[in-house]
Order: sequence, then C-alpha cells, then structure tokens
Amino acid sequence: MKIGVVTFPGSLDDHDASRAVRVAGGEPVSLWHGDDSLRDVDAVVLPGGFSYGDYLRAGAIARFAPVMSVLIPAAQGGLPVLGICNGFQILCESHLLPGAMIQNDHRTFICRSQRLRVENATTAWTSDYQLGDEITIPLKNQDGQYVADRSTLDELEGEGRVAFRYLVADASAHTYDRFAGRNPNGSYRDIAGITNERGNVVGLMPHPEHAVEEGYGPSLDGLKFFTSVLKSVVNA
Amino acid sequence: MTAVAKLNIDTVGDASTTPDTPQPWAELGLKDDEYDRVREILGRRPTIAELAMYSVMWSEHCSYKSSKVHLAQFSENTTDEMNAKLLVGIGENAGVVDIGDGWAVTFKVESHNHPSYVEPYQGAATGVGGIVRDIMSMGARPIAVMDSLRFGAIDHPDTLRVLPGIVAGVGGYGNCLGLPNIGGEVVFDSCYQGNPLVNALSVGKMRIEDIHLAKASGVGNKVVLFGAKTGGDGIGGASVLASETFDADGPAKRPAVQVGDPFAEKVLIECCLALYAAHVVDGIQDLGAAGLSCAFSELASNGDGGMRVWLDRAPLRDATLRVEEILMSESQERMMAVVAPAKLEEFMAITNRWDVEATVVGEVTDGKHLEVLWQDELIVDVPPRSVAHDGPVYNRPMQRPAYLDALQASAPDHLPRPGDGAGLRAALLALMASPNLCDKSWITGQYDRYVMGNTALAMPDDSGVLRVDEETGRGVAISTDCNSRYAQLDPYAGAQLALAEAYRNVATTGAVPLAISDCLNFGSPEDPAVMWQFAEAVRGIAEGCRTLGIPVTGGNVSLYNQTGDVAIHPTPLVAVLGVMEDVARRTPSGWKTPGQAIYLLGSTADEFGGSAWTEVAHGHLGGLPPRVDLQRERQLGEILVTASREGLVEAAHDLSEGGLAVALAEASLRNGVGARIWLDDVCERDGVDAFTLLFSESTGRAIVAVPPASEDRLIALCSAKGFEHARIGVVEDEAGALDVRGQFTLPLDELRSVHTSTLPTVFAPR
Repeated sequence: MKIGVVTFPGSLDDHDASRAVRVAGGEPVSLWHGDDSLRDVDAVVLPGGFSYGDYLRAGAIARFAPVMSVLIPAAQGGLPVLGICNGFQILCESHLLPGAMIQNDHRTFICRSQRLRVENATTAWTSDYQLGDEITIPLKNQDGQYVADRSTLDELEGEGRVAFRYLVADASAHTYDRFAGRNPNGSYRDIAGITNERGNVVGLMPHPEHAVEEGYGPSLDGLKFFTSVLKSVVNA
Repeated sequence: MTAVAKLNIDTVGDASTTPDTPQPWAELGLKDDEYDRVREILGRRPTIAELAMYSVMWSEHCSYKSSKVHLAQFSENTTDEMNAKLLVGIGENAGVVDIGDGWAVTFKVESHNHPSYVEPYQGAATGVGGIVRDIMSMGARPIAVMDSLRFGAIDHPDTLRVLPGIVAGVGGYGNCLGLPNIGGEVVFDSCYQGNPLVNALSVGKMRIEDIHLAKASGVGNKVVLFGAKTGGDGIGGASVLASETFDADGPAKRPAVQVGDPFAEKVLIECCLALYAAHVVDGIQDLGAAGLSCAFSELASNGDGGMRVWLDRAPLRDATLRVEEILMSESQERMMAVVAPAKLEEFMAITNRWDVEATVVGEVTDGKHLEVLWQDELIVDVPPRSVAHDGPVYNRPMQRPAYLDALQASAPDHLPRPGDGAGLRAALLALMASPNLCDKSWITGQYDRYVMGNTALAMPDDSGVLRVDEETGRGVAISTDCNSRYAQLDPYAGAQLALAEAYRNVATTGAVPLAISDCLNFGSPEDPAVMWQFAEAVRGIAEGCRTLGIPVTGGNVSLYNQTGDVAIHPTPLVAVLGVMEDVARRTPSGWKTPGQAIYLLGSTADEFGGSAWTEVAHGHLGGLPPRVDLQRERQLGEILVTASREGLVEAAHDLSEGGLAVALAEASLRNGVGARIWLDDVCERDGVDAFTLLFSESTGRAIVAVPPASEDRLIALCSAKGFEHARIGVVEDEAGALDVRGQFTLPLDELRSVHTSTLPTVFAPR
C-alpha cells in the first residue's frame, strides 16, 4: 500500500509523515513538488511546514507547484488526500476544501498538546475512530485560524463535514490554561479539520503524524489516520 | 571597463602610490596601533577593501583578541581521556564528538546579544540562523535548537519591548526551519537591562565519515558562493556593533543588524545535505560574522593558503554596494564551498534542483596570497593568515573588583527567615510565582518542540533529549545553565556551578555527560575588573572540565555587554551534552505513580548566598555562592545514569534554584500528581532546620521517585559510593496537594495558578 508524501521547498514534517505511514504498516513514497507525477500511489499526504516560506499567504504558492496539477484532478476523482497544517492550507488554497486559514487570533505561534473531538468517523482518513472519540495530538501553527463565510460553515455543519473540533477547556475550572474558554487559534466554530463531500479529502491543523510512537509525542492517538486510509484503500 | 568605475575603486596599485590617503580605520573599529600593524604586514597602506577585511576580522568578536590568552586554558586542561571522544575540537566552526555506533554529534552555543537589543526579532532570528549554519558547515544535519535568554527586570518597560520580539524571532526562525526547540533558559535580572543576552545553541548529527571541514586546498579547485544574494545588511555587525559598549543614547545601529529568511535557510540545509551525500564538497564554510571577509580568509588560511577571487561575480541584492561593503556584509543564508573542477557540474545540478543560486567566485591557487579582483583590478592582496588567525592578541590588565570584598561580606545570614509552616508555604508560593522560577510555557509554547519526531524530552524537563538513531534509539541529552548571581559573587565558583548544574541536569535524565560548549558573556574587556571576572570564569570551567573528565569542544565569547561603565553580571553559560544508548529509557522530571517512594540524594547545608530565596524574599545579593564539589557531582551522575539504565526510577529532578521545595513543587506539577513529604530525619541528619532543607541551594542533590521494588537496589547503589540518600516521602494523588508533614499543605491547583500566571499577566494580558 503506497502512500505518497509530497515535499515542497519548506516542507518540514514530510519525514515525520513518512514515518507515520511506515508505523501504520504502509509504504511511504516521496513525491517531489517539481514533478508532475504521483508515482502510482494509493493516497497522498500533504505535510506540515512552511512551503515557499508561507510568503504571500500560507499555501498560496504551493498550490501552483507542478505536482498539484496532477494531484488536484486525482483528488477530485476520489484519491484519498490528507492535508496536515500547511497541507490543509494548501488544500484550501487549491479549493479542494472550502474556507481559508488566517493568522492565529492571539498573533503568536502556538505549540501544545491539543484535545480534539472526532465529529466524522466515515472519511477515508477517520474510519478507525468512533464518532465522539476524544484524542490528544500536537498542534503547532502560526496561521491556524479557520475562517469561512456563514453559509459555508452552515453547509459544512449540515452535511457533517466538520471532521474534528477543538475541545475547549472550561474557563472557570482551568484558570491557569491560557486557552481555557477559547480554542487555540480563534477558528470559527472551533473547527480543527474538515472533509470534502466525498470524504476522501481531509484537512486539519493539528498533527496526527507526531502522535504515533510511544515516547515521542503526547499519545498514540494520531495513528488511526494512517490505519484508516490503509483500510479504505483496500476496500476501495 | 569605464573610467568612471575605475575611479571608485581603490586598487592595490593605488595603495602603493598614495601612502598618505586618509583612511577611516577608527570608524571601522580599528585602534591606531592595529592600523599601523596592518601597514607593517602589507608594507604599504591597505586598500579600502583590505582595511574593511582587517577591521572586521580583527574585531573582538571575530579575533578573540582579549580572550585568546585565557581560552588557551581549555586546551591546556584537556587530558587524553577527554580527547578520546573528541573528533573535532576548538577552532573549527563547531566541535564534534563521538557518541558511538559510528554517529558523530556536533553542537555549539553562540551569542547574538547586541543585535537582539537593537532589533529584537531579527537579532534573535539571525542568532538561530547563524548557529545552525555553523552546525551545517561541519557536514551535519541540524536536529535541534535551544535558546538561553536573559532580560532586565520583568517589570522594566524595555523588557516589554525586547522580550516579545526576541521570543518571536527565535520561534519564527527555528519553527520555519523545522528544528525542534528542546530547552534553554529564561532569566530576568536588572543587570541585563539594556544588555539582554540571546545565546542560541544548535546540535547536529552525522556519520563519523561525513565530517566536513572549512579549508580550501587543492590548486585549481573552485570556490563556490551559494545561497542568498549579498545585500547591505549587517555591515559592521561584528566590529562596530558586537565589539563595542552601548552608550547612553541607546539603539541607533539598526543597519548593522542582519535580516533573516528562514525559508532560504531551510532550503539551504537540504541542499547542503544533498551536496554532502553526493561527495562533491571538498571544504565548506558558512558565512556569518564578517561575511565574505571571514569565509575567504579562513578557508584560505586553513587550507593551502592561496586563493584568487573575482568579487564582481558575487550575486548582489543591491548593485550599488561598494566593494568594502560587499566584503563586510553579513547577509544571511549564504555558504561557501570548495569544489573540485570535475565535481562542479554535479554540484551545480544539485543546487539547481533546490533552486539555490550558486556562483563560482574564485579558485584555490598556489602561493600564500589571498587576491581579490574587481573588474580585473586587484583590490586585495594579503597573506590570509594575517587576516584570519594572526590578529592582535591582548593581555589586558586584570584586577579583582574593588566591590567584591564588601559584596562577599554581605552574607545573607542576617535576613529574616520564615519561622513556621505558614511562612514556609508563603515562601514557596512566592518563589514559584517569581519571574525566574515561574512556568515559562507562555514562551516555550511559541516554539515547535515536536517537529522531526525525535524529541523524547523538552522543556520544562531537566534537559532536552533527542533520538539520533531511529533504529536503536541512541541519542543525546543537552542542558544549558548559568546562575549569574553566583558568578557575580565569585566568577570562578559561578562558572563551576554552571558546569555542575548542566552536568547534573544531563545525568538526571539518564545520559552520560560527554562534552561541553560554552558561551561567555561579559562586560567590557577594557575594564580590568571585567577582565578578572573573565579569567576566573575560564579557569573555573577549564579546571572543572578536567575534574569531570569532559572536554570543551568550542564556544563563543561575547564581550562589551555593558552600558556606560555598568557591566552585566558575569554570565559564563555552559552547555553539557550527554549520550544515551536508548532515549526510550530517559528519566522525566515529574512523577506519575502513587505509592512510589521519593528519595533525596545528597546532603544539605545552610547555603543561601546568591540564592533565589534571598532575591525573591529580600532583593538581596551577597555572601558566597554554594560550595561546588565536582567529584560528588560525578558520583551523583553515575548513580542517576545507572538508575536510568536499570530502570530503577520513574522520575528524577535536579535541585538548583529554589532548592528542595521548588524541585518538589515542579515534580508534582509536571503531571499534576502530588506528594507527601517528611523532613525531620534529614533535618536531623544534616543538622539543618526545615527552612534550610527546603530552600538552601547546596549542590550535588537530586530527588528521585522509586517504585517500592527498586528501593533496595537504589539504596545499594548510593551506599556503594557512600552517597547520602534518604527516603523523604511518597507520591500521592488523593489529596491533589504537596503535603509537607508538620509544615504545610499546598493544593496543586493553587500552586499551578500562581506558577503559570506570571508571564501571561505581564506579556499577554487578556
């Protein structure tokens, strides 16, 4: 089972995404931004990082890379694609997912272990979770505030396409938590991740690939992203 | 060529025929006698380009002219035992040590103090960028960064100007580079007002056979400049900015600060690693302080000695730059390689793949001259060694500071101490909320500690721990430490205390300490009192390393950290690197499992000079710092490493600032699991009262949490070395509190609330 991991100039978590694929039992395949080939992979991960320095807008330049010219139609045709952090930003810039990412509302980079709730356990990347599962995986970003207009948000909610939501700590009970009472980047409706209508394209800001090995991350909660897609590819 | 262009260039020929042309050596930072020496070396006046090169390379920052005579102690104190693990020592871009299984690790800590005061974001960002390039230039893949930051008083307005920018700069650059930030320090002390310290560390890994060195050899080999174009930023950064004291007018030297582009550096890292893997690089040098002046002269001086450069081939960001500016520019994200002609095509193919601009700007020649041409006119013709290595050396006057006797006599014995449990409770809360001991996650939460997926421990644990080999789990632990209050009271002891603490922190996580790097931050070397402090600190580190059997691999000296005639406290920062066979066995600082026994290793005396309690409770600094016994630190280290290897302890935490009380509070807060503690037996054994046991800062101590089944083995381990150990409590979850029997109970929620609110209240008010 071959899972492609794209490296753009400035990609940072490509090595980690490949490791997560391997840990889950898949075969990672490196894809290069400048090649217009997907090398016959069964699914693709767009990893985190600062592609092209995030200059102009996060993901705005990567969206025009040669590899995207083949990835976009493949995703529209049903190829499972996961965009993590910068990858999510690229998916939004490519219009494979709706909405956009802007700077965190507190204007600083934030790195923390983040609790999320699984809101859709039927996508290609989430089928090993149960609806309502609460997971803890790293969050690390500067431009992680998910925004969209109200009708788009309503449509996402209505169609069950919000895949992950930030769990917000109770402000009165956790006075020492900087993010008690609010989500960690100001995302509208606490949205951490979404899917397309077909459920093959998923984007999220937090990093499941950093939570797949005992001792090197806050949990093993991220592994099911990768086991899910391996099964969905088998079943497809 | 046009006559106009020629008119603007001062050639070697011109210099020979116009000896009396006035030259701006003083403005460039050279002293009168240094200028005279340049004329003597060349047998004529220097050209303006030569003058620029000498001025930056002979600056304090680049030449170590005031510190050199003292730094020699590091090599004089290095024994064969210490050398055994050292693959590359002092003098290269960074030292390299052998961590076993064919792996080499390089690490170094470097200051970027002055630029960070002038322009906090770019100063700190390029501090990270510079040290990472040093690591790259050894042939290594950078695998982490750390940063030790020191600011003025937390409530001083300038701290509010400087800190957010510096933190954002460290994060902005390191995060975008994809390097986990795994530790460091944040210290507030009014002595750093106007002179904040930014000490950045980077660590890299490589196979031993992949080590690269900075030298240009092989006549006919090409000198390739690659990476970013050269611009007008950072001109005179090393000479004018880093090698002078700030005056009372404050920051006015903005153009001397470099501007960083972390994206360009990330691409450069990957490009360099691809070049190394293809074996197309003979010699490699990063461009940092003194820019091209440094790269040309050091590569040539370290190699065969001759180099010819066509400077007009260097790609420029600004075509109006003058030749001397091009030679002095400290534009970031540039590297220089020496490449055999037969490998050049492959070299260029790799740089092309990474969209990195690469230009052949020169070649290695026979002979002993560094010749730089501009449009075919010779503008530099110097012996490279005279620029890079034979700069002036000063044996500056030293004098023990006049104030030191009075300071040391002002012992903290007379300060009122808390007399009951309520007083001890209040003292602990005050310490845990104090700027230097409070929770730093408002800052560390702005740094990516997860990227690369090899971080086994990061702040606030005692040291950062990284997996190096993904198959075996072999890895390293690193800690940086310095308590400059101790060093102010006694710089020799203060330096050894910094070494002892960093050593202890590394051993606490279970790693065997292997080597150190240091960053020596002091005031003006022209002040005999500062020079004395410097010499004492260097002696302390050199002799301490000999006792511990670990070598100094390199480091950095930052002088002129003073405003007017007020210097910072001596701040000899020490970074210790240790090795672990499998980082999965590392020991974290917080306990988790109720029922485990808590042991205190080491003994406690009444030692409050320079302590956190005297600062927080009384604003006092005086007396003598705690005694340091490095033999005992070595024994404690061996116990902690063995305990980790044998899986005897669940948690271990070093005792330092704030003593036992703060260590217990931190170990409880780490996972939100409390403890019940009895002090009486140890008080009786050591002959101290509860206050002293809780808050004294005696060295050579740690606490460990031990499963009942392992207690006998731990006791046997300590007894075999005659090392004091005592069961002082038990991990306990039910009450959710730190309960010091007979003295006080502190609910963890209350503790956490005061501990975590200090920084957000000041820097991110809601």
